[in-house]
Amino acid sequence: MEKIITIDNLIFEYAHSEEHSRQLALNDVNLDIYAGSFTAIIGKNGSGKSTLAKNLNGLLIPTSGVVYVDGYDTADDDTIWEIRQRAGMVFQNPDNQLVSSIVEDDVAFGPENLGVEPAEIRRRVDKALEDVNMGKYKNKAPHLLSGGQKQRIAIAGVVAMKPDIIIFDEPTAMLDPKGRKEIMKIIAELHEEGITVILITHFMEEVIDADRVIIMHDGNVLLDGTPEEVFSKADIIKGANLEVPLMVELGDRLRAQGIPVPKGIIKEEEMVKAICQLKSQN
Amino acid sequence: MIRDITLGQYYPGDSLIHKLDPRVKIIATLLFIIELFIVDNFIGFAICGAVLAAVIIVSKVPLSFIMRGLKPILFILFFTFALNIFMVKGEVIWSWGILHITKEGVRIAVFMAIRLVLLIIGSSMLTLATKPLSLTDGIERLLSPLARFGFPSHEIAMMMTIALRFIPTLLEETDKIMKAQQARGADFETGGLMKRAKALIPVLVPLFVSAFRIAQDLAMAMEARCYRGGDGRTRMHEMKLKKRDFIAFALEAIFLAIVIIEARMF
Repeated sequence: MEKIITIDNLIFEYAHSEEHSRQLALNDVNLDIYAGSFTAIIGKNGSGKSTLAKNLNGLLIPTSGVVYVDGYDTADDDTIWEIRQRAGMVFQNPDNQLVSSIVEDDVAFGPENLGVEPAEIRRRVDKALEDVNMGKYKNKAPHLLSGGQKQRIAIAGVVAMKPDIIIFDEPTAMLDPKGRKEIMKIIAELHEEGITVILITHFMEEVIDADRVIIMHDGNVLLDGTPEEVFSKADIIKGANLEVPLMVELGDRLRAQGIPVPKGIIKEEEMVKAICQLKSQN
Repeated sequence: MIRDITLGQYYPGDSLIHKLDPRVKIIATLLFIIELFIVDNFIGFAICGAVLAAVIIVSKVPLSFIMRGLKPILFILFFTFALNIFMVKGEVIWSWGILHITKEGVRIAVFMAIRLVLLIIGSSMLTLATKPLSLTDGIERLLSPLARFGFPSHEIAMMMTIALRFIPTLLEETDKIMKAQQARGADFETGGLMKRAKALIPVLVPLFVSAFRIAQDLAMAMEARCYRGGDGRTRMHEMKLKKRDFIAFALEAIFLAIVIIEARMF
């Protein structure tokens, strides 16, 4: 598979000028993200996951090391807009990322900044709003919408820029369960359409659809692999004070009770199937 | 209560006046204000009043809605009226103690009152029949020739757009902070003016902090969406003058000519 993002020896420090002290947020991270993949990055607060996300589109510039997005170095000022067009970003707070008081004008903001032709902006805006099922709200004011709807508008705003990669920085952290579900569905759909998805989250249940899971701990990569691989190392995850998905926990407890369900089950349907099979064997 | 606030005083509608290009409306309003100061007799005011009435009828904005906007300036209106009627010297027609009403005073007071009322209603028609956002767009395009001389026309328009967008957000934030403090025993409703003003300080401090946080978040989101100022930026809504805009402009020019001629003749 083709690499779309390459992270080499990335170190990032936040400088606190008032104390002359520096806080190490990322300590020598090395990762490759492949085109078309769905990567979930999980970690506690302070694990460096959001800092990592902001390093992927040049909002933060590495203290040392390099990040390449589609071959462009994020530290290069001349190509920063190329990078930001290719790697869109959806933020945590749906309110604080919408610019205009009319939905369709907000979605048009990105393409307008890119200097796209007006007729083409119109087409992209309509298409992007359809993609997130918000077509009929295009003339509404964002402050009258629910959190989940606002976040869908924010996603449409990024989609209208035609990015190759979308980085979601805890997009569901401020939403109710219904809004969370809507957003996760849209993320899965965008991935199916061929967009490379990077999802930063601290909800374990959201990562089971990903094809790669990276667990961050203390500014470094703790585990990296398919969900099955990563969650089979439940003891390491728990050692980093993180929870494992419910089905992984259930599997562990069943095995401890002497019920031999196979390892690596993370989805509810698979667990049901495994238990039914065991039952019919007895 | 915060959910249903209207931004500015826009009256949603689909009339010809609503559809006109905002630039035409801004220029027409400015010309109307100038005309009001050219006029120096009652026939002139009658012409201006008739034109304004026609605009109101075409715009389909209810009269009661317009009058509501007049309420806050009622005091100023009354004050200037009283000032003019008692202060202007001339042929005395009524006096009581040190107060004298003169013929010229009555004339000027009525004159100024009519001028003020027409001025307020005329300029409020602009904001009543134009969406706040198209108004900012219109101002940006009208000022854009000045950008060559370093005038920040795009920046001003962007600031107004963002201010409009965040008024409801900040109101919600204020509501949240006040409720959180009321839950812990803060009292905003009793006591004198000073006491109430003091009670608001603990609201304003966290409000400012959260405004800075919002600004920081928004700046980052705008940068992530490739915002880099007005250069090289295109717009989804193109502003093209249509036939109706030229007609409106022609009518405005004729109106201006009539007012000037009328002022010269009488």
